Amino acid sequence: MDKNVIETVTETDFTALMLAVRDRQDKAAFAALFQHFAPRVKGFLMKSGTDAALAEDCAQDVMTVLWNKAALFDPARASVATWVFTIARNRRIDVARKARRPEPEALDWGPDSEPDQADIYEAGQETARLVAAMADLPDKQRVLIQRAFYGDLSHSEIAAETGLPLGTIKSRIRLALDRLRQSMS
Amino acid sequence: MSIRHHLSDPMLIAYAAGNLPEAFSLVVATHVSMCDTCRAQLATFEAVGGAVLAAESAALSDGALEAAMARLGAPEPALAMPKPKHTDLPAPLLDYIGGSLADVKWRSLGMGVRQAILPTSKGATARLLYIPAGQAVPDHGHRGTELTLVLQGAFCDATDRFGPGDVEVATEELEHTPVASSDGACICLAATDAPLRFNALIPRLLQPLFRI
Ligand SMILES: [Zn+2]
Repeated sequence: MDKNVIETVTETDFTALMLAVRDRQDKAAFAALFQHFAPRVKGFLMKSGTDAALAEDCAQDVMTVLWNKAALFDPARASVATWVFTIARNRRIDVARKARRPEPEALDWGPDSEPDQADIYEAGQETARLVAAMADLPDKQRVLIQRAFYGDLSHSEIAAETGLPLGTIKSRIRLALDRLRQSMS
Repeated sequence: MSIRHHLSDPMLIAYAAGNLPEAFSLVVATHVSMCDTCRAQLATFEAVGGAVLAAESAALSDGALEAAMARLGAPEPALAMPKPKHTDLPAPLLDYIGGSLADVKWRSLGMGVRQAILPTSKGATARLLYIPAGQAVPDHGHRGTELTLVLQGAFCDATDRFGPGDVEVATEELEHTPVASSDGACICLAATDAPLRFNALIPRLLQPLFRI
């Protein structure tokens, strides 16, 4: 079976699992999310330069935040992987005690704003699409993107790095989103 | 608000990756609070971060899941977003200034130009600049990178005009003399990762010695 198809199916399931955690405090759903994401958080933090023991402690912390702050998960705005990434990134900053990271003002969605099903579907597919797009890149370009997100490259190094295929990545997301919108309308 | 000058991709990526000095993060967070375009770009880059995280894993030690399950308590309730108080400041800046632009403790730089340095960690400096109408920012060369976000009024330099919400990303190649628009004072939030170079009291030639 096509690798992308497998990814697509699982990604949708993660959104459903996360909503079960958010809306029903479903511990079985949490366990399933933990099995998938905790090793990835640990791997991500180790690639970012954290030693294995601390990375595992932090992975535990990140998953606890996922449970405690589940109410903040908005399936129309981000996939579970993206949300987990932002929690892991913030944990990494806390551990490094480097600096505060001011956050943008939260958007006010209003009390009754019901998320759009198409938005939820799109956000849920986003990670699978990006993983596939990145797998298609030449090794050198993929490694540069990874290094940027592991915190290996400063903003000026990113700016100086002409091999970073940001245009490619962004146009692929846009293309995939356009196709999806057309097929759903 | 029609914003025409946005953050660069490298700035947004470094912010998404959590790898900017605090002073730069403050400017990025403030601009994103004002700009839907950059908010959407930032979301895209955070999604790339999600894909990077999703692609690799490291095995956990035995009993990790049991340990996690044992830690689960009552989740935090969703807090209703407090309505922002009446203020002329975006939320990230409010944390650094408190109140409004009227509460800023300015220090004079001469020629009517004032600045207020904001408390951020080392690696870069953030400050507010007040430039009177029609006045040029004195003695303004660059080393490193400088981000300048207009909060009020407008300034022009050789490259373009910058109004409220616009941000200029200047590298050391850019020699520019920003001039506040003639119809009112310009207030900017600026961050730089090089030592501050302009100071009315000490001639520019001496500055390298004093490491200002
Ligand atoms: Zn913008």
